[in-house]
Amino acid sequence: MADLLFFLEVLIGGLLAGVMYSLIALGFVLIYKASSVFNFAQGAMVFFAVLSFVGFMELGIPFWAALPVTVVLMIFVGMATERMVLRPLVNQSEETLLMATIGLAFVLEGMAQFLWGVEVRRLDLGIPDVPMAWLADTTGIFVSVFDVVAGVVAAIMVIALALLFSKTKVGLGLRAVADGHAAAMSIGIPLKQIWMLVWATAGIVALVAGMLWGARNGVQFALVWLALKALPVLIIGGFTSVPGVIIAGLIVGASEKLAEVYIGPYFGGGIELWSPYVLAVIFLMFRPEGLFGEKHIRRV
Amino acid sequence: MMPTSLLRRVAPVSAAAFAAAAMLVSPMAMPTEAQAAEQYMAVPSSRVGPFSAMGTGYYGGIIDYMTYVNMNGGINGVMFTWQECETEYNAKRTVECFQRLLTGPNGQRTLVFDTLGTPGAYAVINRMAEEEVVLAQYGYGRTDAADGTVWPWVFNAASHYWSQIGMKLKFMAEQEGGVENMKGKKIVHLHIDSAYGREPLPAMRKITSDWGMELVEISIPPPGLEQQSQWLQIRRERPDWVTFWGAGSGMNATGMTNAARMGFPRERLVYVTFGGAEEDMVPAGDAAKGTFVVANAVPGRDFPLVKSILDKVYGAGKGNMENPDRVGQVYWNRGLGAAVMWAEAIRNAQRIHNKEGQPVTGAEFRDGYEAINMTPERLEELGITGMVAPFALSCEKHDGAGEFRMMQWNGEKFDIVSDWMGPPDPTFIRQLVEDSAGKFAGENNITPKNCS
Repeated sequence: MADLLFFLEVLIGGLLAGVMYSLIALGFVLIYKASSVFNFAQGAMVFFAVLSFVGFMELGIPFWAALPVTVVLMIFVGMATERMVLRPLVNQSEETLLMATIGLAFVLEGMAQFLWGVEVRRLDLGIPDVPMAWLADTTGIFVSVFDVVAGVVAAIMVIALALLFSKTKVGLGLRAVADGHAAAMSIGIPLKQIWMLVWATAGIVALVAGMLWGARNGVQFALVWLALKALPVLIIGGFTSVPGVIIAGLIVGASEKLAEVYIGPYFGGGIELWSPYVLAVIFLMFRPEGLFGEKHIRRV
Repeated sequence: MMPTSLLRRVAPVSAAAFAAAAMLVSPMAMPTEAQAAEQYMAVPSSRVGPFSAMGTGYYGGIIDYMTYVNMNGGINGVMFTWQECETEYNAKRTVECFQRLLTGPNGQRTLVFDTLGTPGAYAVINRMAEEEVVLAQYGYGRTDAADGTVWPWVFNAASHYWSQIGMKLKFMAEQEGGVENMKGKKIVHLHIDSAYGREPLPAMRKITSDWGMELVEISIPPPGLEQQSQWLQIRRERPDWVTFWGAGSGMNATGMTNAARMGFPRERLVYVTFGGAEEDMVPAGDAAKGTFVVANAVPGRDFPLVKSILDKVYGAGKGNMENPDRVGQVYWNRGLGAAVMWAEAIRNAQRIHNKEGQPVTGAEFRDGYEAINMTPERLEELGITGMVAPFALSCEKHDGAGEFRMMQWNGEKFDIVSDWMGPPDPTFIRQLVEDSAGKFAGENNITPKNCS
């Protein structure tokens, strides 16, 4: 019985960690849907957004005012990215856009540290990161209150974004833009506005992800590395599916924790860094477009 | 127009940010009189990136002390001059910085190189003898370099990880009421999955085995922002103590928040010197309260030297720290301790080689380093009594006192909760060092230096 409860604890903890990975991966999906490019700068956007948020609060702006100010800043970053990085590269290859996002990552990382300094900050969202007492008392299973709240926040964001892309004209335009910039523009889809909107939305997703991760681990440069956690989620879920990254996040979170706890000791531990990538490779062999990704058929 | 406080932030940080972006080497020398003798020192700092909290504090302490010495007339009239190069705590960049910083703008060869990190130290350690530069590992790096006969150019003057783990176990034994009560106790060594994380294991395995303890080794893959699986294993193991060997504020803060999530008492969690500073504790919030951290240089502003630097250097607006409140904190005081040794070694070298008032060479500096004798009286003269343990170095013995003090985070600052303590059996630790160094010498056809 104790073993079963421990297994459940590992599983639940993994699933909740997976939701946090999905939150990071969401930003990638948004950009990929709009411009068919893997946004290398997503981790830097997370860092830039939350560091700016905390920085505004240090300037004396209260929490609830700093939040919209940072949202406006991220919208501005999205607009600037469209104007200065993407617009000059319309109709360029996907590889060119990828390189541009690598450059953008360096700029954002440097700008964040230039503006706000390099000190590690604490961000208190008022959500306790301690086990839920009633669950611990009744079952002996420890599940953090913070993780549950983060899961709810991620779920709300996913539903909102899924509705945005499936029920609105913006979503339709987004899919057209992803298929071909020139073709979308030729039928009157406003490419610039779509890109601007998507990058701004990705910035807001980055802010939410950064706030949750920053509250758990401190607001600091290491947040840029979170992008590493999103890659296997994207491969498994598909680069273009919002629900896909949620399912994949749960799969990655649960599998890596179970693997680390039950298989890790046979390999000297530390296998959760690469075990999700092994899973991703297996998915690539059987479903290269991911669980919910769009299957591309190209004439050759 | 930017708010004033934002401008205050921007100005000092900009130099570091641009330095990192362009890998520039920026001369940071203090203005000196044209005719004044100079002594050039390399400063391979890490001011941006994930290890910036450590780098800004440590190298800030070093630079503040050199500025202070210069403002007081230098070392017998010889003024410090230095150059910085941004490594971002990256071993490859550390090698590049070593090459860039080797010779200063005045044509002098640097006397010292201090990487503030084991990966960087391992990357350049074999260049030291060739270039005649002292690798000053201040409480980090290759442990068996404490044997000066095999590693004549490398020092570990703030003591090494094997002494540190011995001290921690001794502290735990005291908490448990004696070594005899350690039998049957379980300890988890939770460490970053790297050579640094595994560095204390040879000593730890031996001591825990001798004491009849059960040692469980659990590794965390870098960068360590996610430690749930490891802490779940700890919850299942139900250890009596956990030693945490992390690097970088992200990993270090996460260790404490995860301990809180699993209900593991922080009063049973003991952090490594490079895992626990104010920058690691504050982001973890209440979860950090009660955590023990080992110190090789005790934090605090009450030491006369720290007060004097605040008064003279910061009073004159020449301080290196963007946030002067960090003066006296863990990393700044550690940097101060390192720089005091540099100055002491130069002073010794001038005396030994009859070069008072003149710059010294790398070989002379090494002689001066080996002649360091930090007696209680000398520490008193320097104004750092109680900040570092008294110690003496020699040709054979390149490690410091082998003693540390235990600190405990009270939610706002560190309380010092022990006196200077060493490992339970220093002779065994020394033997371990000599055996390891001897093995290295044998494998690499090195003839140990004759110190007699």
